[in-house]
Amino acid sequence: MTDAQYFLEGTYLIASCLFVLGLKSLSHPDTARRGMILAAAGMAAAVFGTLFHPDIHSYLFIVIGLVVGSAIGIPMAMVPMTAMPQRTALSHAFGALAASMVGIAEYVIHGGAMGGIKMGALGLEVMLGSLTVTGSLIAAAKLQEVMRGTPIMFKGQQILNMGLFIAMIGSFTAWLMHPGVPVYFYTMAACAFLFGVLLVIPIGAADMPVVMSLLNSYAGLSSAATGFVLGNNVLIIAGTLDGFSGFILSILMCRAMNRSMTNVLFGGFGAPLTADTTVSGSMREVGLDDVAVQLAYANQVVFVPGYGMATAQAQHAVRELGNLLEERGVSVKYAIHPVAGRMPGHMNVLLAEANVPYSSLYEMEQINPELPSTDVAVVIGANDVVNPDARDNPKSLIAGMPIIEVDKAKSVVVLKRGKGKGFSGLENPLFFKPVTGMLYGDAKASLTNLTQAVQKV
Amino acid sequence: MEQLLFNPVAFITALFLMQGPADTLRFNPAVLIASLYVFALAAFLGYQVISRVPPLLHTPLMSATNAISGISLIGSLVIAGSRYREHQVLAEVLGCLAVTSAMINVTGGFLITDRMLKMFRKKEAAKAEEKK
Repeated sequence: MTDAQYFLEGTYLIASCLFVLGLKSLSHPDTARRGMILAAAGMAAAVFGTLFHPDIHSYLFIVIGLVVGSAIGIPMAMVPMTAMPQRTALSHAFGALAASMVGIAEYVIHGGAMGGIKMGALGLEVMLGSLTVTGSLIAAAKLQEVMRGTPIMFKGQQILNMGLFIAMIGSFTAWLMHPGVPVYFYTMAACAFLFGVLLVIPIGAADMPVVMSLLNSYAGLSSAATGFVLGNNVLIIAGTLDGFSGFILSILMCRAMNRSMTNVLFGGFGAPLTADTTVSGSMREVGLDDVAVQLAYANQVVFVPGYGMATAQAQHAVRELGNLLEERGVSVKYAIHPVAGRMPGHMNVLLAEANVPYSSLYEMEQINPELPSTDVAVVIGANDVVNPDARDNPKSLIAGMPIIEVDKAKSVVVLKRGKGKGFSGLENPLFFKPVTGMLYGDAKASLTNLTQAVQKV
Repeated sequence: MEQLLFNPVAFITALFLMQGPADTLRFNPAVLIASLYVFALAAFLGYQVISRVPPLLHTPLMSATNAISGISLIGSLVIAGSRYREHQVLAEVLGCLAVTSAMINVTGGFLITDRMLKMFRKKEAAKAEEKK
């Protein structure tokens, strides 16, 4: 090894250590920021070191790529927090695109002359990368509502998917046996691109937290496979960390819905259902002033946000109401269900953006024991995550899903746009319980009006 | 052929023994073993580190790991800047595309993670921010 190579490997080692430190610092919000700055420094060191790689002869395309990439990346970091899910989906697509481009380029350069193991890693890299690119783009389109968010299903879909999957694996195997035949390789890549689309279109927007995590995992694993192809340890480490992070998140999300991964991926949840729940009674509508009085004289109020809060951009209005109540001596807490919103942790980020201190944000397991002693639970644009059917009705489609048990609170107020059913199309018996009052209207407007009403109490 | 597909051990051995025309490019078994060690240990470490991240920070975690996996940038840089005997233009174009998309994740990912983490404040800090 030459001195230059020692220097290069040194920067990679430093980068690997700093990445692990950075992720470790994410275990607490107080240390997180400093840790991520370290990780960014590690990245800078690795990139700087690579610029002196002995194989690099021309900097023209490097500079073009770096400049264009920054020009797109920096504005993408400035999006509003409500657009976080689609932004993240897009960045999965870019990460996977980079990995599959590297894979294709390696094949173009070296052809079939790489040896079996490398070819295997290369094939995995291109397959995972390609299907993540198109899958993430579809996910982003659904989240941005460019595309219908509900599952898109058609006759023979499963069979088509299965056939495509077999074709993809088949051409991969054929290519491994005959590495010199590019047709197999490109057929495999084409099948993977198409498979990515078909994998995500039948999945509803409410299941997006799982899909996002899974795509995160695939993008990471394709980076790790790149590491095997290039024989580069820092790529293997960073890719594996990313892959495992996505994998763990998707397991957590599935658990929070009490569903298996296969069910999420192939179940087409959220399609028009033959509903099974029969609810009796009627919904009780409550007036603004009534709710204001309840809130103003409560000891403890718990807000339960859902995706509706994000669509109504109501996070600032919630915080204003919360602050006003706190000034009156009411204890205010925010209860966050793991799958509330469209990606893991979505609600936490929105509320943090609105200046809610993180000590007021409670996880489901922490808040449930406190709900029986809570005077008012305010549900803002959440539905399935507070549906008592999940707990009480074993026949329900969401039976067994852990919920935030707002129905145990002394009084429940549900902010809802209209009388319609929730995203999953399920009837929610919570709305028909005697403790529940419905406050119809746009969540943001309702909260602002409530704040004014509380001020007058 | 069939025997290869259904017997993983035979399959892997076959992969090892497959001869490419240019021997230098083939995977050195020692390197492969080392790479597998790195992969296994990184997976274990990742599991330990990431299961300690509270749900509170799951969104920043996702954007942070995204930014970190933008490290594939270093592979792309070499491809975009090297000289080849043939396919020079195609390799450069693919490399340039890869550099661009990896760079989007690196800059965008780290910046937005920092922007998000800045928002998670303690009680007093949140109050102070409010008064501004």
